[in-house]
Amino acid sequence: MARITSSIYTSHIPAIGAAFDLGKTQEDYWKPVFAGYDFTKQWEKTHTPDVIFLVYNDHATAFSLQMIPTFAIMTGPEFMPADEGYGRRPVPPVIGHPELASHIASEVIQQDFDLTMVNEIDVDHGLTVPLTCVFGDVKAWPCKIIPFAVNVVQHPVPSGARCFALGQAIRKAIESYPEDLNVQVWGTGGMSHQLQGPRAGLINREWDNEFLDKLIDDPADLAKTPNIEYVREAGSEGIELVMWLIARGAMADTRGGPKPKVVHRFYHVPASNTAVGHLVLENAA
Amino acid sequence: MSLDKEFKEIPGTIVFDAEQSRKGYWLNQFCMSLMKAENRARFKANERAYLDEWKMSEEQKQAVIDRDLNRMMALGGNIYFLSKIGATDGKSFQQMAGSMTGMSEQDYRDMMIKGGRSIEGNRKIGEHGDAQRPRKD
Repeated sequence: MARITSSIYTSHIPAIGAAFDLGKTQEDYWKPVFAGYDFTKQWEKTHTPDVIFLVYNDHATAFSLQMIPTFAIMTGPEFMPADEGYGRRPVPPVIGHPELASHIASEVIQQDFDLTMVNEIDVDHGLTVPLTCVFGDVKAWPCKIIPFAVNVVQHPVPSGARCFALGQAIRKAIESYPEDLNVQVWGTGGMSHQLQGPRAGLINREWDNEFLDKLIDDPADLAKTPNIEYVREAGSEGIELVMWLIARGAMADTRGGPKPKVVHRFYHVPASNTAVGHLVLENAA
Repeated sequence: MSLDKEFKEIPGTIVFDAEQSRKGYWLNQFCMSLMKAENRARFKANERAYLDEWKMSEEQKQAVIDRDLNRMMALGGNIYFLSKIGATDGKSFQQMAGSMTGMSEQDYRDMMIKGGRSIEGNRKIGEHGDAQRPRKD
């Protein structure tokens, strides 16, 4: 049977992707950002999954205001990196896992989460920057990837509680897939940042670190945090952090299993306008 | 059920909700059109003529011509959409975000390197933080 072995959490700041693509990783400004992923890069080499279920959001790239799905699972075979106005990122195409994705869609919809299914879409920095942070410069991503997009752009966006419950439903769905697959669930976005208005540049280091503490130790309680608190405390774009609760909800302890092990934790300010957060949690064997 | 009114009580912030989205539909869709190189070229060649192809209000068109991002936000723009205008102008996201604060580009960059804008005094309108300037809406 398929099993979820670990979850990875990371910001997906576009400037990190641009710095990588332009060869700036050793510059003073960027060095500490990339250093925060050194451990994970090594660790992932010995823990490469068969499939990553990657939770991200589209930033007015593939989804304009024509259609605004709250939760969208990508069931197609292949997805190209999008041109976000600066040309396509020079990264490999994303190879999906249509069989597992369709299975998850079917199982999760029957658990009353009304997912949108998407077969053709270009994926933006929200998806490709985390892959770059963890896998670096590669000719092909070393595993299959199921992109899963959440609307965190137009309010109301789904609550932390809804995202946490969805993660649990996704876990159940993955564990009922008959093939023996090693699956990781990644939650991306955040941490504190605000990209608009006179309050732009907001960073709330204390709140971010409490979020990380609670995400590790008491995610069910963290999931009760109302959306207004994310926006007020972590900035208008800090609301992306609800997506981390989907990945956290997919860990074994949320359904009576043992607590996950903290393999790596990293926090840094700034990358462009944003606080960088990164966490790796491993399910106990 | 409309959004909790607390979302409107955060200083220096416009929350992009269904109502703003409705108001800003064509403004944002115009921005999306700038994802295509040929549209960027046509827009740059004659901004007014290009804007007139869209069902935007006069105020929205003027805000675009003025590159007044705070005004565009107030008129229903969303920053991820509006950033396509910045990309067309060759601006980075940091330059765009900084331009909405009234700070110089260098001052904004320095603030970020020093840890960013503090939350203290910036949670609620009426406190005394540095993001409490009156909004232009």
